[in-house]
Amino acid sequence: MERTIVIDPVTRIEGHGRVSIFLDENGDVCDARLHVTQFRGFEKLCEGRPYYEMPSLTQRICGICPIIHSIASAKACDQILGVRVPDPAVKLRRLINCAQIIQSHAVSFFHLSLPDLILGMDYDRTKRNLFGVVERYPSIARDGIRLRSIGQETIKALAGKRIHPAWVVPGGVNEPLDSEDIDQVMSPLPEAMTIVRRTLDWFKNSLEEHREEIRFFANFPSMFMGLVNDLGNLEFIDGKLRLIDYKGDIVADSVQPERYADYIGESVKPWSYLKAPYYKPLGPEEGMYRVGPAARLNIVDGCGTPLADQEWAEFRSLGRGPALSSFYNHYARLIEILYAVETMEMLLNDPDIRSPHVRAVAQPNYEEGIGVVEAPRGTLVHHYKVDEHGLVTWANLIVATGNNELAMNRGIMQTAKRFLNGKDISEGMLNRVEAVIRAFDPCLSCSTHQVGETITSIRLLGPDGEVLSEAGPS
Amino acid sequence: MNHTRVATVWLDGCSGCHMSLLDLDERVLDLADRIELVYSPLVDSKEFPEDVSITLVEGAVSTSDDAEKIRLIRERTTLLVSLGDCAVTANIPAMRNRFSVEAVLERAYVHNAAIGGQVPGIEVPRLLKRSRPVHEFVDVDRFLPGCPPPPEAIFNLMSELLDGRPTGSSIITRFGA
Ligand code: SF4
Repeated sequence: MERTIVIDPVTRIEGHGRVSIFLDENGDVCDARLHVTQFRGFEKLCEGRPYYEMPSLTQRICGICPIIHSIASAKACDQILGVRVPDPAVKLRRLINCAQIIQSHAVSFFHLSLPDLILGMDYDRTKRNLFGVVERYPSIARDGIRLRSIGQETIKALAGKRIHPAWVVPGGVNEPLDSEDIDQVMSPLPEAMTIVRRTLDWFKNSLEEHREEIRFFANFPSMFMGLVNDLGNLEFIDGKLRLIDYKGDIVADSVQPERYADYIGESVKPWSYLKAPYYKPLGPEEGMYRVGPAARLNIVDGCGTPLADQEWAEFRSLGRGPALSSFYNHYARLIEILYAVETMEMLLNDPDIRSPHVRAVAQPNYEEGIGVVEAPRGTLVHHYKVDEHGLVTWANLIVATGNNELAMNRGIMQTAKRFLNGKDISEGMLNRVEAVIRAFDPCLSCSTHQVGETITSIRLLGPDGEVLSEAGPS
Repeated sequence: MNHTRVATVWLDGCSGCHMSLLDLDERVLDLADRIELVYSPLVDSKEFPEDVSITLVEGAVSTSDDAEKIRLIRERTTLLVSLGDCAVTANIPAMRNRFSVEAVLERAYVHNAAIGGQVPGIEVPRLLKRSRPVHEFVDVDRFLPGCPPPPEAIFNLMSELLDGRPTGSSIITRFGA
């Protein structure tokens, strides 16, 4: 008899989703789906609004990574104005984005995934959370809280507010830094460096304990995509697109971000509000690619900062080609935090960072603008068209998480096949299915998002939808 | 010590209000000493429990499921707080209200799709005609505006509710803060 296991809602992810796992008559997993079930409508609600409102408006797509949305949006607006953003402003955008990387990666690693990684997949579910980690491993939990706080405090020092500030604007940023701001941003960096290096050492030593997860958490061949700079190094807010295949061979390189639509198509699944992008030349079946921290470290030729480069080399020696297991996203996130701290130190010592020339001013001169950046979770596209008054007439957004839609579904299926059998469902088994989703750090609030469709637990459904058994609530 | 049972939920919002809660930084741990977080995106409970003393709600009510969920939450909660402008006024989600639901869905899933353009209709909740604030569906006991409300305001409100004496949370936040 065919049956369905439903996990609803998936917890400890940024946003809400539900998973269906389909079992065939032998009780073996035959299919799995992630349903993202809330829809926010930004592509339509932008319509009629002035272009200069877009960075502030669209950053409210996501409270975890608002900064990178404001940068993608401002870049699209830069094109609508037709201005070259002053170099100091580019550096300031880069600086605030580094703070965002620290903050966002810290939430994913410490607040959301660490409970699985350190307490174990089968730990008491009422304590398998940050507060449970605080009880058992207070210093590691405090490190995470502190690291996130350093990222957020930096954003506040630069932009005036921790969440949804209005500093990044079309043409640059709206205020230069003074010496006090710079001191304030500089002073916690050594502490951030100590924390991230300590965490990296600990995590690398614990990799051995996660052999099973590494083997089965979305470990399969796929393409990888991200931005790289002119040297082929890690790049978040400028740069060109690169795609590699699972062996590490370059499929497309130096792709001007404005040509994204020639390479990425979006398909729609009737059971999810999350669209599924694919590599256009190969079509929606074959064209699966992954984005995000591990994908970025897979595609680049280096990070471009000394300590992160060392860690990157070690990361790349994990296997012969690209790191194929999405479990390694956790590892890659720590390396990117290290890169962000080093980059901030470098930028703060650059005289440009004190320059008063931080904004180019113009009227709208073009009808279309495209901003492509690397959000913490991967490649993010903002694409607007405006009328002669600069009012938005059309918008398309490809959010980072969407790019991983196909791979997340494959990953859920792989993990389910390994850890589940139709006879008895244990809570810990299902937590592994959720944990593979956490490795992708999907931001379903970006993509759209929802609260569990019905407030429920883990259900086993028969072919007609009748509940055969329930497990695990309370 | 007796721990107060607290829940946080997330309807149609951006998670920024939850992030502002985390922006309490180390003070989150002080709070954690006094409360038991029985349901939240940050913990692993699947079902909204009975007998919750305080529930903080982020986001507007935008789908049939949001509506169903908030009613159940109200039934099981003593003190319901609308946390942030989306819960208080419907804020950003309400910006879609000037278009029809069909127009909003078609833009995303038909016009902006390269292939298979269709509006998702299987196993996804139905969008309400308009996105609306929480108090249009259920009684709300406290409103904390801000986009998001600053962490100090959340901390003061929580201390106020836990200690039962006013601390002036409303002075440090306002609409659009
Ligand atoms: S009020 Fe602001 S921060 Fe809170 S959910 Fe709404 S948009 Fe996000």
